[in-house]
Amino acid sequence: MVERFARLAVKRWTGFVVGAIAILVVALILARVVGNEYFFFAGYVVLQFIVLATAWNILGGYAGYVNFGSGAFFAAGAYTAVALIKGFAAPLPVQLVAAAAVTGLMGFAIGAMTLRLRGIFFSIATVAIAVICETVVLNWGFVGGARGATVLQPSTPVFFASYTRMLFVMMALLAVLAVALARFVETSWIGRGLRAIRDNEEAAESVGVPTLKLKLFAATVSGALMGIAGAPFPLYMNFIEPTSAFSLNYAVSALAMPIIGGTASWAGPVIGALLLGSVQQIVTVTLSSELNVLVLGLLLVAFVIAAPEGILGLARRLSGKGGAK
Amino acid sequence: MSFELLGEAILAGVLLGCFYAAVSVGLSVAFGLLDVPQIAHPAFLVLGAYGAYFLGSFGVDPLLAGVLLTPVFFLAGLAVYRFYHAAFESRGTDAGLRGLALFFGIAFIVEVVLILSFGVDQRMVEAAYIGKSVALGVVRIPMRMLVAFLVALVLITGLSLYLSGTFTGRAIKAVAQDQTALALMGADPVRIKQWAFGIATGTCALAGALLIIVAPVEPGLGRLYIGRTFCVAVLAGLGSMPGTLVAGIILGIAESVVLTSLGASWAPAVAFGLLLLVLAVRPAGLFGQR
Repeated sequence: MVERFARLAVKRWTGFVVGAIAILVVALILARVVGNEYFFFAGYVVLQFIVLATAWNILGGYAGYVNFGSGAFFAAGAYTAVALIKGFAAPLPVQLVAAAAVTGLMGFAIGAMTLRLRGIFFSIATVAIAVICETVVLNWGFVGGARGATVLQPSTPVFFASYTRMLFVMMALLAVLAVALARFVETSWIGRGLRAIRDNEEAAESVGVPTLKLKLFAATVSGALMGIAGAPFPLYMNFIEPTSAFSLNYAVSALAMPIIGGTASWAGPVIGALLLGSVQQIVTVTLSSELNVLVLGLLLVAFVIAAPEGILGLARRLSGKGGAK
Repeated sequence: MSFELLGEAILAGVLLGCFYAAVSVGLSVAFGLLDVPQIAHPAFLVLGAYGAYFLGSFGVDPLLAGVLLTPVFFLAGLAVYRFYHAAFESRGTDAGLRGLALFFGIAFIVEVVLILSFGVDQRMVEAAYIGKSVALGVVRIPMRMLVAFLVALVLITGLSLYLSGTFTGRAIKAVAQDQTALALMGADPVRIKQWAFGIATGTCALAGALLIIVAPVEPGLGRLYIGRTFCVAVLAGLGSMPGTLVAGIILGIAESVVLTSLGASWAPAVAFGLLLLVLAVRPAGLFGQR
């Protein structure tokens, strides 16, 4: 019996790992063969949204704590990188680790807030943190304040034709790692505990689920991943300023993508990010960027009302299996 | 900071605070009394401000525009509640995550529609009382703050009298306390809540007009007011009208003092800081029993 389960588990992960490696190989090949530079510029954004949406879903989808401040975590990651570049000319891997540490701490802090705040109060507190972060950055001259700061891309590493291509492949790696982490959380006892918290926190606590530990873990991981999504942003843009870094678009996307894709499973945020991220890129180029965010908002409202389980739920209903997981 | 400067800051804070109470009073009803996660309230305020701006371009006084738009906002409120009720409350599902996402989405749509139709530039209105100021002893007070102060007092007093004096008003308070008991008394809780949500949204028209009288508006302003309105509504102790006024004044004074001592760029963080403090120390608010 146990052996069978173990074999099942291995089987469940082999498929995923093979797929993940295949995606990375494809990303590497694309970086060599595709000529159009814009492809990588747009692809990077879609991959970045996969990380952001997956990160949001770990706390929002599994545990039911809605974070409206994702933009602040993203920007905190980006500004940590800027501070390190300005201060020590630190290399990209150091920036990533530092950004994860800073926003992981921020995540831990909002996890601690869940002790007293639930539902809408928690969500508003995350908005509060976002605005306070933005105010601090606006008043912090070292990273450029309200005027912003220019960041120079270091020399392009071997193998890659441009720095953006390298960032594209790196973001693909980060996205795969983030999704693998979310999948691990979801399929392990941690995920079961988080779902119990989402459904009924008191009941979960009373049957011995370590609710506080799990919430702190989920909030920290979620925060750290959002920071990682933001850390390469200054190098990608060559420039950073508070208004675009703290853009509401990140906060809405981070929440809309999982909800539209389906919050129950790791695949939901990925589907949502791939779909909406690509649509956004196309609409922004062909129509306008305001229209693109309007589409995002309308889709969010439509899905919340009509398809609460997201695209995954719709697919399950269509395939006739029915019923929630 | 000199004593005189402090006095001036406090006076300005009281005026500002009454204005904050006026913009938050609808949220006190919708969120405080009805328990609807109305994050789109500040977006409706900004919409009201743009309504006053739009009518202002035809020469309509902003305050009159606010009054004229109130029935429109009231009807919109009825519709939004109907929608919300049909989608969540009547199904008996936990609206938690999805209810929040719905109102967040609505707020976002309002902001983007405003950007698409009016652009991102700041907009302001013309009126006889904007730009002038009156002398009160040694202190000069801008007329527009005084107007906002007076209208805010009228709005809050009116709403307070309505809630405690009329049958429907008391039914609204009752539905907040015990919905089942109200149903047993023969009133339909859903209709009462819909009516109350309409009123809450209706206040956004006049309060929005105050918003554009006090300062120029831009579509993204709603985000700042999420902090201010929720700070006031929570500090008031969900649903209390006198509490809303007191909480507004507390926030107004705090912001005004920070403004004169630290500078304008720190003022936006005050409301959110105060909100976090209240949530951490006394989530029931000043006048709350819960």
